[in-house]
Amino acid sequence: MSASKTMRSLIGLLGTVLTFAPTVAMADYGLNMHKGVTKISHEIYDLHMLVLWIVTIVGILVFGVMIYSIINHRKSKGVTPATFHESTTVEVIWTVIPFVILVAIAVPATKTLLQMSDMSHPDLNIKVTGWQWKWEYDYLDNGVHFFSNLAKSSLDAGAEQVGDAKDVDNPAIHYLRNVDHPLVVPVHKKVRLLITGADVIHSWWVPDLGVKHDAIPGHINESWFRADKVGIYRGQCAELCGKGHGFMPIVVKVVSESDYKSWVAQQKKAEAAASADVNKTFTKAELMAKGKKVYDTICAACHQVNGKGLPGVFPALAGSKTVKGPKEEHIHTVVDGRPGTAMQAFGKQLNPVDIASVITYERNSFGNNDGDIVQPSDVVAFEKNQKSK
Amino acid sequence: MSDHHHPTGIKRWLFTTNHKDIGTLYLWFSFIMLLMGGSMAMVIRAELYEPGLQFVNPNFFNMMTTLHGLIMVFGAIMPATVGLANWCIPMMIGAPDMALPRMNNWSFWILPFAAFMLVSPMFMGGHFMAGQGPNFGWTFYEPLSGQYGKLAFFIFAIHLLGISSIMGSINIIATILNMRAPGMTLMKMPMFVWTWLITAFLLIAVMPVLAGAVTMMLTDKYFGTSFFNAAGGGDPVLFQHVFWFFGHPEVYIMILPAFGIVSQIIPTFSRKKLFGYASMVYATAAIAFLSFIVWAHHMFVVGMPVAGELYFMYATVMISVPTAVKVFNWTATMWRGAMTFEVPMLWAVAFVFLFTIGGFTGLMLGVAPADFQYTDTYFVVAHFHYVLVTGALFAIIGGVYYWLPKWTGHMYNETLSKTHFWLSVISVNVLFFPQHFLGLEGMPRRIPDYSPMFADWNRISSLGAFVFGASQLLFLYIVIKTIRGGEKASSQVWEGAEGLEWTVPSPAPYHTFETAPEVK
Repeated sequence: MSASKTMRSLIGLLGTVLTFAPTVAMADYGLNMHKGVTKISHEIYDLHMLVLWIVTIVGILVFGVMIYSIINHRKSKGVTPATFHESTTVEVIWTVIPFVILVAIAVPATKTLLQMSDMSHPDLNIKVTGWQWKWEYDYLDNGVHFFSNLAKSSLDAGAEQVGDAKDVDNPAIHYLRNVDHPLVVPVHKKVRLLITGADVIHSWWVPDLGVKHDAIPGHINESWFRADKVGIYRGQCAELCGKGHGFMPIVVKVVSESDYKSWVAQQKKAEAAASADVNKTFTKAELMAKGKKVYDTICAACHQVNGKGLPGVFPALAGSKTVKGPKEEHIHTVVDGRPGTAMQAFGKQLNPVDIASVITYERNSFGNNDGDIVQPSDVVAFEKNQKSK
Repeated sequence: MSDHHHPTGIKRWLFTTNHKDIGTLYLWFSFIMLLMGGSMAMVIRAELYEPGLQFVNPNFFNMMTTLHGLIMVFGAIMPATVGLANWCIPMMIGAPDMALPRMNNWSFWILPFAAFMLVSPMFMGGHFMAGQGPNFGWTFYEPLSGQYGKLAFFIFAIHLLGISSIMGSINIIATILNMRAPGMTLMKMPMFVWTWLITAFLLIAVMPVLAGAVTMMLTDKYFGTSFFNAAGGGDPVLFQHVFWFFGHPEVYIMILPAFGIVSQIIPTFSRKKLFGYASMVYATAAIAFLSFIVWAHHMFVVGMPVAGELYFMYATVMISVPTAVKVFNWTATMWRGAMTFEVPMLWAVAFVFLFTIGGFTGLMLGVAPADFQYTDTYFVVAHFHYVLVTGALFAIIGGVYYWLPKWTGHMYNETLSKTHFWLSVISVNVLFFPQHFLGLEGMPRRIPDYSPMFADWNRISSLGAFVFGASQLLFLYIVIKTIRGGEKASSQVWEGAEGLEWTVPSPAPYHTFETAPEVK
């Protein structure tokens, strides 16, 4: 720890002590809930502040009485203790007053809750699926579909510079907070989310949108937001989902209506191009380059960047029997996964080009010198063959 | 009274049926667990000291949060309150011992084995960092917990802990209802006895529910059932309902005895009777009752019909009423008393202040729409640590200082104990208060690494944690020093103390009240 950091900590420490009670209205110092950019998030913020003020005032009153008593009603001041020890009137009063306060809180809370659960008239429907450890987005209205992983650059950004990342120019400012494919939605539109989980429970949370809902296998939870402002809003998985829980961020890009339309068109074009690529024959260098990208984004989470895995938890790919064995078995493992282990069936998540390149990469990296390459057509053939069986 | 016909050495502790010995065993076990769970918390705070992964891998981190929670709940707080119950309840109600002494022995001796069973997979990974301890959070939500390889160890440990708790509770209820001295009517019982009576009923009600939950997990994992497996027609949310039907009363199981302890300490050092004794009893019972009908407030974002959300919100915020009544009563007890601030009183007063802060955030969390932002963040972590550390643990430590002279016959070292208190009370706030800010800023709980935007408060919180952790070693030293020697304590010990336990000599002889005292 550098001296300046120590200094900062000490100042912060002092800050903690000083801000002990009045934690209110200091939003600039990272003390308070974000107001966010939706009507619901504003209402939640207002409710939060309402209750916070109520408890602050109650706290000042109750603690005030206690402190007064602690200072004045001391044996050392020569007081003789009073003998009263019950009063029904007083008990009734201090039962009724909290009750009345609760009713005052419950009224606006009920209103907000009813609005939050109003799913009617959505402009856009997106199915959100939580996976260990990534998000899948399915635009139900226009067929756009993709997975969203922690961006490799976001993870790397931190490696050297996370220590000092207060200035906005530092790439580490978004350490662990950027994804490769953000969710893109139009501004001012009611976006309805259908949230589910593929393996274990996750929770889709973007504070600025005022949305947090669990993604549960076998359940489809509904939620919605209507963003009032163009911008990039970040969040992350909020329900413990295993080893990668801290590494599945969410990025929502709220864009103008026209930008959204051109984004959709672009996605469609990219999809078409990807399906055309399936018939293309790639060179080994192309496959290796693509494969490394896929590997580092998807596979390295468990098998590690160096292919050595985590002993006892995730198997190594370096020298692995599957990787060094016949191609078909390797393709089978990647496409269908290994039931009963953390190895998922990537046939559903990756296109044949990605699968072919990542397999090629694995077979020719980490000291595995298989020498052979897998083309997208091999993967397509495997999948066809499997279907016909 | 002589220490007649009981074995000495290790056999004394293995075969003892004496409530004081068993109380001592419980308390030492609990303290060892506190240090163990505490050192895991130190690993967590060290890892979170700054962004990046410095010390442990994410799996190990998850193991630390899981075991820290389980050990603190089932190993530290619960056994500590049972230990206090064993030591104090018979003496407080004028009984010679617990009603079922042999069962008492057994309910203690199950515990170390259960703890061993729980923790042992940590050492089964080949090397330490590859430990295979439970890694799914203390709430062990399905389906994540179903992915855990050594689930059978965990389930068996929970069953053992549950059996121990149920036996302990039966014993406490049987003792309180059957063995009170003549004249000790229910409404004359000390508050600590009352809170434990109610706690024991809670335990008997909910421990079987927990046992049911883990048994369903067991058959899901090993015998092909699908209670919690959506693919087989089951429902992961069912698990959460069952778990929290246990889990919410469990929270009160940890805090009600603490209420009892504080209700003993404050009147003693205020030299004034507990204000509103009857309303305190009713408030405790009301809290216990409400604890059964609010469980789904832990599940607001799980997806419930809006009517369900509204109901659980209303029921939850209602708990603030009896809880507030308790705080008001403690305040009124201090009001116009003649207070002195011996160490137990310091802890009790700190309890009232800091537990109230935990209560405030509890109310905030109860407001369902806001809970959508708070839940699963550090705001929740801050809330329940205020309730359980500065609440339950502070009361227990206060209770230990309060009764230590009675147990050992010696006064503790005043300077050291005050140092222990002030170090703890300051560092615990440095530790947990910033976690409110982290949660509001958007930091989820149970993550091993985080964005630099959360760095500053995490660093401060970690610094607080290291001081708080180290302070508890001082506590260990103080307790051992007091057992070994110190200023002789009178039987009354505290000027304002009232109750039967203060009528017997200090240290309390091995057998007390072999002839029942008369209570007027």
